[in-house]
Amino acid sequence: MSAQDNEALFQQRVDDEQKVEPRDWMPAEYRKNLVRQISQHAHSEVVGMLPEGNWITRAPSLRRKAILLAKVQDEAGHGLYLYSAAETLGTGRDEMIDQLLAGKAKYSSIFNYPSLTWADIGAIGWLVDGAAIINQVMLCRTSYGPYSRAMVRICKEESFHNRQGYDILVTLCKGTPAQKAMAQDALDRWWWPSLMMFGPSDKDSPHSAQSMKWKIKRQGNDELRQVFIDRTVPQAELIGLKVPDPKLKWNESTQHYDWGEINWEEFHQVIQGNGPCNAERMAARRKAHAEGAWVREAALAYAEKKAKRKAA
Amino acid sequence: MATKHEKDWPLWEIFIQSKRGLDHKHVGSLHAADAQMAVENARDVYTRRGEGNSIWAVRASDIHASRPEDQGAFFDPADDKVYRHPTFYPMPEGVKYI
Repeated sequence: MSAQDNEALFQQRVDDEQKVEPRDWMPAEYRKNLVRQISQHAHSEVVGMLPEGNWITRAPSLRRKAILLAKVQDEAGHGLYLYSAAETLGTGRDEMIDQLLAGKAKYSSIFNYPSLTWADIGAIGWLVDGAAIINQVMLCRTSYGPYSRAMVRICKEESFHNRQGYDILVTLCKGTPAQKAMAQDALDRWWWPSLMMFGPSDKDSPHSAQSMKWKIKRQGNDELRQVFIDRTVPQAELIGLKVPDPKLKWNESTQHYDWGEINWEEFHQVIQGNGPCNAERMAARRKAHAEGAWVREAALAYAEKKAKRKAA
Repeated sequence: MATKHEKDWPLWEIFIQSKRGLDHKHVGSLHAADAQMAVENARDVYTRRGEGNSIWAVRASDIHASRPEDQGAFFDPADDKVYRHPTFYPMPEGVKYI
């Protein structure tokens, strides 16, 4: 079969809403695009453990500590599901991790912001995971089978993350004025970076059109961002928090919120490595990877020794 | 399935039985140095919320798969045997329990 026939058949399968599976023929660009997107997603889960891990030892009660520990453990699991999905495309996990550690791979810009107070842990679960869920629910319908299945698994676990974050802020908002101010401060700092998580506006997004045609993505960045805003603003109002956007206003005719302007310059700066915590995050990942090297080697050596003994 | 890398632990495919009486179902994969670690890691990543009570771990390199490009010819023998389906047989009006 010619390359053109293959390509037409492939597009037909995608248009018919059939999933693409690992051993199917696929365009080289589709494969490349997916490895890039899924590995970025996996790196985000892994790096995303750092701002939260920062608070495990300082959570205000044993209950909160156990919950946060479980949430961070979930994030590690999500990273694993995603690396596994990417590996089915023929790129090894160590290769992807090497790229991250070498600074050649991206991860979500949101994790380059610091988690300064306990309320930030609430804001991360509520806003960051809330934004991630909207993106991930869309990705459950992505055309690549293993990615789609990983997303279904992840989405089942994410609503716990979202709720535990909101619960932290609900509790703070019922507390002392200082506690409520802490919750407001967290919203003030995390709101705009959370909106940036959906990526550039579709008209400026280099991968959007092709990804939509291949049904890797099913909805545009701007549409998803609007869904997030429409859902989240009433949740803020309900607990007496004010979204830090003076232009935010319900629009009766569109049945959506109108809202202000994202500072795209900040977004690009953070993506390019100049965010408040980029260097710190990468240093933490490199250190953890280097310090785990002996464990990886020892486990392999032990497995080989055992296998040899069994054979003898 | 995945590329072979010397420094990474081998890849294992994981199958979980969600409750007694059901099939083990493929849920994903993971890396582990040996079978015991594969089963323990599978417990930690794939059954954190009571998703299963039995785990199978199979080395990915031990799985043999049919080739999607041969799909047509490979599954062809089943396609022209419609008489294998009960709907092939017209039944007389009024017949019961068949």
